[in-house]
Amino acid sequence: MDLVFIAQDCINGVLMGLIYGLVALGLTLIFGVLKVINFAHGSFLMVGMYVAYWAVTLSGLHPYLALVIIVPAMFLFGYWIQNLLIRPIFIAEKNVREPITVIIVTTGLWYVLDNLALLVFGPDYRALAPNPLKGQMLEFGEIFISVPKLYGAIATLATAGGLYLFLQRTRLGRAVRATSLDREAASLMGIGQWKIFNIAFGIGTAVAGISGAVLTPFYNVYPTVGIPFDIKSFVIVVLGGLGSIWGALVGGVIVGLIESVGPNFMASTWTEGIVYALFLLVLFVKPSGLFGQKQDW
Amino acid sequence: MALLDIENVNVAYGDVQVLFDLNISVHEGEVVSIIGGNGAGKSTMLKTISALMQSSSGSIMFDGKPMHNLPPEEVVNHGLVHVPEGRRLFSLMSVRDNLLAGAHNKKAYAVREKTLEEVYTMFPRLEERQDQAAMTLSGGEQQMVAIGRGLMACPKLLMLDEPSLGLAPILIAEIFRTIRAIADKGLTVMLVEQDVKHSLSLSDRGYVLEHGRAAMEGAANDLLDSPYIREAYLGI
Repeated sequence: MDLVFIAQDCINGVLMGLIYGLVALGLTLIFGVLKVINFAHGSFLMVGMYVAYWAVTLSGLHPYLALVIIVPAMFLFGYWIQNLLIRPIFIAEKNVREPITVIIVTTGLWYVLDNLALLVFGPDYRALAPNPLKGQMLEFGEIFISVPKLYGAIATLATAGGLYLFLQRTRLGRAVRATSLDREAASLMGIGQWKIFNIAFGIGTAVAGISGAVLTPFYNVYPTVGIPFDIKSFVIVVLGGLGSIWGALVGGVIVGLIESVGPNFMASTWTEGIVYALFLLVLFVKPSGLFGQKQDW
Repeated sequence: MALLDIENVNVAYGDVQVLFDLNISVHEGEVVSIIGGNGAGKSTMLKTISALMQSSSGSIMFDGKPMHNLPPEEVVNHGLVHVPEGRRLFSLMSVRDNLLAGAHNKKAYAVREKTLEEVYTMFPRLEERQDQAAMTLSGGEQQMVAIGRGLMACPKLLMLDEPSLGLAPILIAEIFRTIRAIADKGLTVMLVEQDVKHSLSLSDRGYVLEHGRAAMEGAANDLLDSPYIREAYLGI
């Protein structure tokens, strides 16, 4: 076995892992604030990919420039989904901190969105066109780096950094953190729970939109494209710690590395088994995840 | 007209009524103690004023405006600030961020640096620990953060729910001294307490809550001297 191959796989694994982390970032943010898992997150990614696909196809913009359309559109989408669909459940079950019915509703939303996409866009696999990043590679001796994945990894770090600064440094970010820690105490400080829930859901969905723009240059769009990412994101946020930004990135890189380096040593179908074994191990040994903080509230 | 006027307020948890036709008023510049045993409805009263709970009937007027139809976050905007029982800090956030989160409403946010300086002057220990997570502080320090966070909202009336809860006697004395100092600066304070002696001795007036009703009211000194209070609440 050649070390160059391993190095190549490591680079691919880290790049792809960071992009997995980007998808998981939206999920972890929504969980961190609402304390419920959004099972429709993969479908939000799918919607983000279609929005990116059509934004680029219709406007001819570079997919990363199309973010100026994608991010606000997806933010509003998430904001209103929470406001119209999820908030009423929280109100109906206001004595329950983590209403399980929200999980059922988001699962329903997943089916509705995926099938709506099937109805409207058909089952075709669509490749982005025009695609300025198509198949581009950087060469370093014998090592090749995929340009769209490299851009995706950079976009991930920029998004994570931006989110971190937003949460730590701004008035609204502080209000989001306060709500995530104690929503009743936050409301006594003048921080409206529903507004913060809407905004957090909007941001999480906007991040799914960024993921869509990052993925479309090298990943086909189809109605069920979100499902593999949804399951992976869930594993990643549990690995990294639910609610932790950096945990999502580290969890993503771990999964990415196992997936890309693993096949050198075993049949590639086994790598998935390793990912889930690690997932279980973390649940047994450190249920709050690698970067999760135990909190009581 | 009183700053806060609670008139004929009834509150129930499901079928269990907790407050019965409660009438309480607080005038500007006063310190008013609400005393009573466990389950008398003291915390429920505060939660109703700050709109965490809904009353089934009655009115709550603050500064001449009705509060009983507003959500909790808007009650704060009017300057009616509730420091909850058990402190309820944002545990993983730093002391400084906890305090700044208190200054969320627009008016308070505009003057946050100035208020923060005042809070740090009042509680120098909080400035030393401003970058520590709130959960790592001692009980007394956490109570200082809770009071400081309430002050950051620029209240016209500060409502404190059992600030002495779970603190060592020496810290209790310190917290009460601080509350008196805050009141001496002109802030109106409503103090809900089980520590009857301490709270009445720093108050102007007091109410005794029993089974969800105001059983007695009067000047704090008169209440302290009342044979009934001495027997039922002070055990002397």
